[in-house]
Amino acid sequence: MKQGDTGQDAAMRVVFAQALTKALVQDSRLAVVTADISSAAFGEVRERFPDRVVNVGIREQAMIGVAGGLALSGLRPVVHSYAPFLVERPYEQIKLDFGHQDVGAVLVSIGGSYDDPVWGRTHQSPADVTLIDSLPGWTVHVPGHPAEVEPLLAEALAGDDRVYLRLSTRTNSTPFGPSEGFTVVRTGARAVVLAVGPILDQVLAAMSDVDVTVLYASTIRPFDHAGLRAAVQSAAPDVVLVEPYLRGTSAHEVAVALADVPHRQLALGVDRAEEKRVYGTAPDHDRLHGLDPAGIARAVNAFLGAAR
Amino acid sequence: MESRLAGLFRRMTGDEKHEWAAASTLDVLWVLYDRVLDVSPERPDDPDRDRFLLSKGHGPMAYYAVLAAKGFIADDVLDRWTEAGSPLGQHPDRTLVPGVEIGSGSLGHGLALGVGTAFGLRAQGRTARVVVLTGDGELDEGSNHEAIAVAGRHNLDRLTTVVVDNSSSSHGWPGGIAERFAVEGWRAFTVDGHDHEALYEALTVEPDGRPTVVVAVVGSGE
Repeated sequence: MKQGDTGQDAAMRVVFAQALTKALVQDSRLAVVTADISSAAFGEVRERFPDRVVNVGIREQAMIGVAGGLALSGLRPVVHSYAPFLVERPYEQIKLDFGHQDVGAVLVSIGGSYDDPVWGRTHQSPADVTLIDSLPGWTVHVPGHPAEVEPLLAEALAGDDRVYLRLSTRTNSTPFGPSEGFTVVRTGARAVVLAVGPILDQVLAAMSDVDVTVLYASTIRPFDHAGLRAAVQSAAPDVVLVEPYLRGTSAHEVAVALADVPHRQLALGVDRAEEKRVYGTAPDHDRLHGLDPAGIARAVNAFLGAAR
Repeated sequence: MESRLAGLFRRMTGDEKHEWAAASTLDVLWVLYDRVLDVSPERPDDPDRDRFLLSKGHGPMAYYAVLAAKGFIADDVLDRWTEAGSPLGQHPDRTLVPGVEIGSGSLGHGLALGVGTAFGLRAQGRTARVVVLTGDGELDEGSNHEAIAVAGRHNLDRLTTVVVDNSSSSHGWPGGIAERFAVEGWRAFTVDGHDHEALYEALTVEPDGRPTVVVAVVGSGE
């Protein structure tokens, strides 16, 4: 087996497991449900709290339903698995067992869109944020650095609402979040480029000699409409979205934010048009989807060139 | 009580004689609400109340009639059921109807929700019961089999599933429904789904460390 197959040693996941374990000991309201993946990380705390730390085995529908029941009983459930098994497989359970019951939960995924592509399509989940975004009332955090994970998790654990926390083995070199709205990383005149989560380093490398404002988001839902408007007003009404998941996932939010502002937008992200039957590494897939620095620079320069 | 339930049914269906008595879940629901469950419209949010989860949310007239008979909803609410603005739909919604623990209709959700509720109550040191009602056709959904296995392995002995068996499963359950649960570690009873004493007895057995299933057999097509 290839090392790091499911990102067991991924920094974000390690931070998450340690922070959650600590919180489970301190707060009797918290519960966690796993479906084998990462369950070993909670083995010790499960022995102490067997009814609040539940591993259901390889049963993702039950994983979500059990979490919904825990919430109905008054607890605050956290559910963790690899992104395709957490979001895509039990999508109807997420829709009905949380939202329709009007209860909350914290879903925490790892694996992202293509963190380790040697496993192929089955272990890729570029549509997770799009699917969650199709349901009302969810907050979506996409941290870009391990240091952003614990504060985002702590905030999620303290609430009662529905939160999706998307962890990745990809990481920026420096933490820029979390913050309430979008963070201004750089200011410029020609456009506003919004980078979500662990794609920021590629965006900064691509835009190193281009005069644009760069915004960073570790929280993409709710979408910071005011922050985008302010950035556009001090730069130009040309918006580039760079998201490390399905291309255009936040395009409708940009349209809402700028409904009364004549504007253009370019959405970059994971290709929607075809299934890439390619193994290799995450950087290989960045290149395939135009999310490497060269691809981002090419697309943005073409977009800005077309404006003239 | 028969005439009262018949009258409540008539408010929804207009049916004079037949439909209410033929509802497959009516006897189970009546025994549960009249004699088994520790629930009351005076304390719908009491954390120690028993939980009844209607997983089989389709065709909820018997459920609404029993809720009205027990004072959870006013009788005249039944008159406008399924209309826009009414809290009562063809599938119940927990946020609209006092005393309703889950919104249901899509098959295969109630059992896992019940398992999670049982875990959560036990974690909080509560001894309230969790009773989930499913249909035999609903057991076709694989999600139920995930939940049956999880519950059986975790000794959730305050959890009871009532399977109303009207032989509606497309391919049936060779060996019987009770056996499906028993091999996963459940205590299983199969009773006549119209026999109130038999239902009461099966629904009030003392906990013995295992979850309990009561297969309530009713005539096919009911």
